[in-house]
Amino acid sequence: MSRYLLECEGLVAGYDQPVVGPLDLRIAPGEVVGVFGPNGAGKSTLLRAIAGTARIFAGVCRRRPGLRVALQRQQAVRPEELPLTGADIARVVGANPAKAPPEVKALLHPRLDRLSGGQFQLVQVWSVLAGPAELVLLDEPTNNLDPAVKARLTSLLRTVGEGRGIVVISHEHDFLDMACTRVVEIA
Amino acid sequence: MALDTLVDPLFRVPFFTGLVLAPLAALLGTWLRLREEWLAAMAYAQVAAAGGVLGAVLNLALVPAALAIAAVAAVVKGLAARAGNDHFALFMLLGWGLTLLVAANSAHGEMVGRALLDGQLYFTGPGHLWAGATLLALTLALLPWLAPRLLLSRFFPEHFAANGLPAWRHKLVFDLLVVMVVALTTTAVGVMATFALVFIPPWIAFALARGWRPVMVWSALLALGAYLIAFAGAILLDQPFGPVLTLVLASLAVLRLARRARNAT
Repeated sequence: MSRYLLECEGLVAGYDQPVVGPLDLRIAPGEVVGVFGPNGAGKSTLLRAIAGTARIFAGVCRRRPGLRVALQRQQAVRPEELPLTGADIARVVGANPAKAPPEVKALLHPRLDRLSGGQFQLVQVWSVLAGPAELVLLDEPTNNLDPAVKARLTSLLRTVGEGRGIVVISHEHDFLDMACTRVVEIA
Repeated sequence: MALDTLVDPLFRVPFFTGLVLAPLAALLGTWLRLREEWLAAMAYAQVAAAGGVLGAVLNLALVPAALAIAAVAAVVKGLAARAGNDHFALFMLLGWGLTLLVAANSAHGEMVGRALLDGQLYFTGPGHLWAGATLLALTLALLPWLAPRLLLSRFFPEHFAANGLPAWRHKLVFDLLVVMVVALTTTAVGVMATFALVFIPPWIAFALARGWRPVMVWSALLALGAYLIAFAGAILLDQPFGPVLTLVLASLAVLRLARRARNAT
């Protein structure tokens, strides 16, 4: 059995037409892999191809059998009126609110529509990171985050468990350099 | 004398039928509102009414005919696999047009159509009550399985595709549950009162409550309270039940407006 959680070889993905690739990507347990590239390079499409919601035109993406995947999308679903709490969202993805770090725990009790954009983003990202997924895909997780929260997110990513892998897409190279074990650039 | 009427055994079965259906309709309404599909209530209610009128003309039993036609609408909606309210608006218009057209061309159909539009809770029998109780039990049994899947679908829409899991099962089960409850409630309290039960309590609960469980509890309790007031009010004032329930529910809107005004200050 492969030692990788995910192996993409010669991957060309898109929607009606190819948007990204060909590229190779391997994610081993314990790795936090950053994907950097300019706007329109196809970073989000790459994540969607891995998640199975974009079309694969060529190449292959193999997963470890039984791999559980969580995807935090760039535009989170956030209706204007949202009476759910962060704890509700955490439980949805299988995270335990009681185990949240203090700065996140404080955000798990108000209604989600009372949180700022950055607070909401932190709750969502922590939830998927604290959930049971072995492969976590994060699409621009630093959107709306102020420097302090960004630093907190960086340390959260650094504490990834040994059996898990994370793919982080960002247009912020500095953040990826700090948070990831390696960075892949796509043109 | 009016108070005697309130405890008349004749009204016992209708009372318990509404007591079961009102909070159940509101409970499902919270999920419809979360999914931004609140117009489904009006659409399925109107389609169920059309089914009931058609059934009357064809000499079929009213409730099964209403349920069957509404179930067909739910399956069509499921096959269309589209979120939002567009298709519900179409169902609503088709149901309304069909109801009135069939009713206009049949004396029996007209009577049933009128009853479905106004509500006929006082004429519901044990069959209605048992059907309502069964749907309540089914909903409570299915909710622990449905709830996490519906929430995942709403807030992490890629979850099922990303994990190779089928999403159609829980969506179809939910749609069918909604259809059955809305159709049965329509045949008991009428189209508009059903819409009011599904729409207004969740609308208020979304503004008042914090957390998903409290939203569901608030919603069910508001519907229950409104139902009890309407049932007593309609009998004591000798008024048709459907419009009274609709107006009682509509008057609860002040709770939402008050909360929003408080939040604004």
